[in-house]
Amino acid sequence: MRGRLPAVTVEVLLQGVVSGLMMGFVYALIAAGLSLIFGLMEIVNFAHGEFLMLAMFATFWAWALWRLDPLVSLPLTAGVLFLLGIATYHGLIRWILAAPMLAQIFATFGLAIFLRSLAQALWGVDFHLVKDPWVQGRVSLGGLFIGLPQLVASVGALVAFVFLNWFIGRTETGLALQATAQDRQAASLMGIDTDRMFALGWGIGSACVGVAGALLAIFFYIFPDVGSTFALMAYVTVALGGFGNVPGTLAAGVVVGLVEVLGGLLIAPALKYVAVFLIYLVVVLWRPQGLFGRF
Amino acid sequence: MPRARRIVLGGLALLALLAFPLVFTLPFPRHLMITIFLYAMLAQAWNLLAGYCGQISLGHAVFFGTGAYTSTILVNQLGVTPWAGMLVGAVLAIALSQAIGYPVFRLRGHYFAIATIAVGEIVQTLMINWDWAGGARGLFVPMKRPDSVVNFQFHDSKQTYYYIALGLLLLALWITRRTERSRTGYYFRAIREDQDAAASLGIPVTRYKQRAMALSAGLTALGGTFYAQYILFIDPESVLPLSLSILICLVAVLGGVGTLWGPVIGAAILVPLSEGTRIYLGGTGKALDLLIYGALIMLISVIQPGGIMALAQRGRRRTG
Repeated sequence: MRGRLPAVTVEVLLQGVVSGLMMGFVYALIAAGLSLIFGLMEIVNFAHGEFLMLAMFATFWAWALWRLDPLVSLPLTAGVLFLLGIATYHGLIRWILAAPMLAQIFATFGLAIFLRSLAQALWGVDFHLVKDPWVQGRVSLGGLFIGLPQLVASVGALVAFVFLNWFIGRTETGLALQATAQDRQAASLMGIDTDRMFALGWGIGSACVGVAGALLAIFFYIFPDVGSTFALMAYVTVALGGFGNVPGTLAAGVVVGLVEVLGGLLIAPALKYVAVFLIYLVVVLWRPQGLFGRF
Repeated sequence: MPRARRIVLGGLALLALLAFPLVFTLPFPRHLMITIFLYAMLAQAWNLLAGYCGQISLGHAVFFGTGAYTSTILVNQLGVTPWAGMLVGAVLAIALSQAIGYPVFRLRGHYFAIATIAVGEIVQTLMINWDWAGGARGLFVPMKRPDSVVNFQFHDSKQTYYYIALGLLLLALWITRRTERSRTGYYFRAIREDQDAAASLGIPVTRYKQRAMALSAGLTALGGTFYAQYILFIDPESVLPLSLSILICLVAVLGGVGTLWGPVIGAAILVPLSEGTRIYLGGTGKALDLLIYGALIMLISVIQPGGIMALAQRGRRRTG
């Protein structure tokens, strides 16, 4: 393969494990939103990556126009994405709830193409970057170098993930969401407005991506196509964790993050995503429902 | 429609298609028709697996790429005629499809769809990094003069390409028609409707899914070789991207999946539309053509999830 690989020492390996873990938490948060929506209504949002892209652009414009640091504008971005999720539900998803799976797949694919080309039409194909964010540089911990933006992103993603889990598992609204996911009809008989729950699920699922996008925007280039790789990783994460299993996505996200970094390190940087997809195929051969999923 | 009238109408339509390049001698109308035929046949191949057998593959570019790469490498390295390369490509695609089918057919629904995306991404990334096969730079088909059927290259006019593409489409239609009316076709549809029920009635579900996959992959690979010979340049970005897999499905979905004419109708609408928007709106770097395209897909999914064929059938039921 091209490019000489660095000698793989224990330090390099450890460094890889740390980076993989940090990326894994971000993947987990992106995937959690996807998983939540799927659990509720068995629809995969194929525009999830474009939602992420919009969140990153929102962060960028908040910085470019008002000089708001990504961490300051984060609640704003999450809010905007929450509204986008609800709008998507009411404008598109509601109308295809009973449609065949193919129509559902293509509705969100159409949305993905639409949003990506909209971003291109409005903001061009150039790469943007939030310059001089509050968090930058790196710290050295016992010989390991940890990029501060990455650290903040992964800790932020983890916090958001834990909050999401608490919300779903402990609050009344969260329990209503779970009930709707389990049995739509029984839930509505119990007086739960399932239509509202669906909309809320889209809102929360998109807000997750909003937080992830804001965090990624601290250190990642921003361009209309940025979401596609993250989205692919998110689909694999969700399928690995088991569709609809939100806690499972955390472990799966970490697996994906680790495989990506270590695959790049041990095999070849260009083939890191191949390693992720291969691990995914191997796992589903052994457990078709994913690591933690139930059929 | 009575059988006799159907045959007459079908014959007239075929005659019109055969005469088309004699009337329209400019390259563009011919190119448009060739593209329609190509996408219609690709969508028909996908339709065999997804529409009839219910297995929604989002990785069909893999088989298209197999056909394109096999014939191009064979003609580059060994000087083998692309026609033989086309056959070898189809055989390879079928073998590959069986190897892919073994793990992915254990999955259902969205798990299956996502696994096929994963396979597609793996193959594309491997080809980008495989220098011997052109890597990210791609491969040129060596120019051969004079034009000849053996070389599968026609530089003077698109007429021969037109007839070859039409032939491929007719082949795909014929295979679908045959399958539709055979026991295999009934098994496919039984698996699509309810795979557990089908299995309980004694249908070997996995074997028939593999059979649908083989048919579909082989046909798709033929289209891939045709594309390589028509464009004379291939690279992973043009013959293996996820967007191609999606486009193939989209043509079928627009026209109506699980129907014989759906893919043809879908291609006849989508190809001129995308060429038209590309010509009038593309090239500005603003992706306005894709904007319309995306909006259209959403619109169709919402108002007519069964595709245009479903609309036509509903209309017929109402009148008759």
